[in-house]
Amino acid sequence: MPDEKTICMKASGLTKVFGLGRQKTVAVDHVDLDLYQGEVVSIVGESGSGKTTLAKMLLGLISPTEGDVYFLGKKRDLSSQKKKQDYWKNIQAIFQDPFASYNIFHKIDDVLLDCIYMRGGRKFPSEEKTGLMAKSCGFVNLKFEELTNKYPFELSGGQMQRLMIARIFLLKPKILLADEPTSMIDACSRATILEMLMRLRNETGMTVIFITHDIGLAYYVSDKVYIMEHGKFVESGTADEVILHPKAAYTRRLINDVPKIYEEWDLSTV
Amino acid sequence: MKNTLRQVLHSGKFMVGFVILLTILLVVLVYPLIIKDSPLGIIGQGTFFPPGIYVSTYDSLNAPKQYTLLLTDAAAKRIANKMSNDDRLAMKEWLVADGVPASEIDVTKTASLLDLWEKNYDPKKNIPGMIFAKVRYYQRVNTSVQGLLSTEGAIIASKNAQTGALEQASTINQSDYVNLSQVANVRVLPLGTDNFGRDVLTELIRATGVSLEIGLVAGIVATLIGLSLGLLSGYVGGMVDDVIMFFTNLFTVIPSIVLLILISFSIGQDQRGAFTIAVVIGFTSWVWTARAVRAQVVSLRNRDHVNLSKLSGHSIVHIIIYDILPYIASYVVMALILQISSAILIEAGLSILGLGPRTTEVPTLGLMMNWAMIYQAEILGKWWAYFPVLIVIALITFSMNLMNTGLDQVFNPALRD
Repeated sequence: MPDEKTICMKASGLTKVFGLGRQKTVAVDHVDLDLYQGEVVSIVGESGSGKTTLAKMLLGLISPTEGDVYFLGKKRDLSSQKKKQDYWKNIQAIFQDPFASYNIFHKIDDVLLDCIYMRGGRKFPSEEKTGLMAKSCGFVNLKFEELTNKYPFELSGGQMQRLMIARIFLLKPKILLADEPTSMIDACSRATILEMLMRLRNETGMTVIFITHDIGLAYYVSDKVYIMEHGKFVESGTADEVILHPKAAYTRRLINDVPKIYEEWDLSTV
Repeated sequence: MKNTLRQVLHSGKFMVGFVILLTILLVVLVYPLIIKDSPLGIIGQGTFFPPGIYVSTYDSLNAPKQYTLLLTDAAAKRIANKMSNDDRLAMKEWLVADGVPASEIDVTKTASLLDLWEKNYDPKKNIPGMIFAKVRYYQRVNTSVQGLLSTEGAIIASKNAQTGALEQASTINQSDYVNLSQVANVRVLPLGTDNFGRDVLTELIRATGVSLEIGLVAGIVATLIGLSLGLLSGYVGGMVDDVIMFFTNLFTVIPSIVLLILISFSIGQDQRGAFTIAVVIGFTSWVWTARAVRAQVVSLRNRDHVNLSKLSGHSIVHIIIYDILPYIASYVVMALILQISSAILIEAGLSILGLGPRTTEVPTLGLMMNWAMIYQAEILGKWWAYFPVLIVIALITFSMNLMNTGLDQVFNPALRD
């Protein structure tokens, strides 16, 4: 259900250079990106192609060396803590490694409460807070009664990643940046997590940027696919265009690298 | 968290160190409650009284009740106590010269030696080859032995107020005893007295307390400075990082002991209290904490949980306190322990050089070493003035380093053996 008219986010000439002089590495090189309201976009590339750096720049966690990000038609302004908070109400992320994503000293309740507070729920009565937390856990098939007063590291990787989705469920951002959310998870949990992500998207209509090295997965979930190599987009288009009729050599290589079982499962269903 | 705590409590090294330190702390805290003497009060007229129990001679004579104990070995013990080793060897020499087989003479057995002497010695006997001085020497030895063997009591005389003549007041027999508990003044000096005649044990325990306080204050000052600079420089980065690291590196290349000596010297003897010295030590030893904390923070600030906390709208202060500090807390505690133990050593070093706290108010471990050194306790063999101090310093630093190693093994599992 992508809305082809409203541009939700736009990046132009986004560049990130690490280091100086000889050690200079151009991680992201003049990338332009248009994101429409409600679409699912995949950014595919191998390790070191600059996907995560691009994601962090879009999130505002690191500042770009060059280029601008526009959000809802206006140039993004992150000059103060207040403005950053406002921005992060609209854009959220799921990180690759669920084991590293949580503060091991904070309980699960704190993680979820932070999200409720961010949506202005600081003064909610405690039953309402508990209700919201239970609802969000229910959405991802977790039982809040079993999680309360536990620490994130007591859960399995898949459960932690589902908790991450519960977080997004509470925050309801306009854009979700999923940075390889399933690459550290076993194949079974992977399907569940993807299913939950897509269900959440269908319910809220949010825009999803899906970063992955797995081109089969990208084809499975996305409306549009960007192929990234050495910090640049080498090919972009709808999922069908890019994956069924690849033009760039790099894209063909990526497709050939997919294990056979995926090829049958994904490509034969078209 | 609970698991980590259990691991810490099960770490043998940590617990040994902890128990030693706790014992020292307990002694330091409890001792002043029982013995209320001033630690710097001069109780001895003279220097370096050896360790032991001191009984007032006057009070033992005036004890309320005298007991008569007929102990057979009393004389032998008295003689054994008074007869020097040289005398015994001289006696043996004479007896051997007189013809007693050397194998029958045992100088350590006083009774048999005296028996042989009584039986054989004759002052008029002329042993060939013995010079006259030697003959007189044996006569003197014999006189002193006969004096020791005397069973006469000692007479106490008092002066008559009218005539000024001495009158016999009482006689103390050799079999007269008093109960120690009935002697009004008995003083136990387990570690003797120091050069000023002060009780070394009381002084040492107070000194340990003061040194621990100095270590704690210096350690906390150094850790606080190092921690805040390290956090600021590591988390904020950029220009702030460059400036802070410039000063940190500056402090690294200047040896802190040189700085300390210069600062201590320029403060002047009158201004140097124990607290001042502690703060000065703290201000010169934060460098390594700052560098280490910075390194840890730099690696932490790009972790996903910090990013998530940012995305949850938390401020820099909140992130530093809740997302960075808990992760480096174990490291900071370990650094603090090391800072405390090194501050105690630094204080001792400074005080030995005469640049420690001024000497009139409190003793510190370093000051005690300084006094012992100035009054040549080492040369005179008065071990009780400096050896216990060394032991305490060694125990404190040993226990703290042991605790540090134990913690290190818990927090860095790769180091476990």
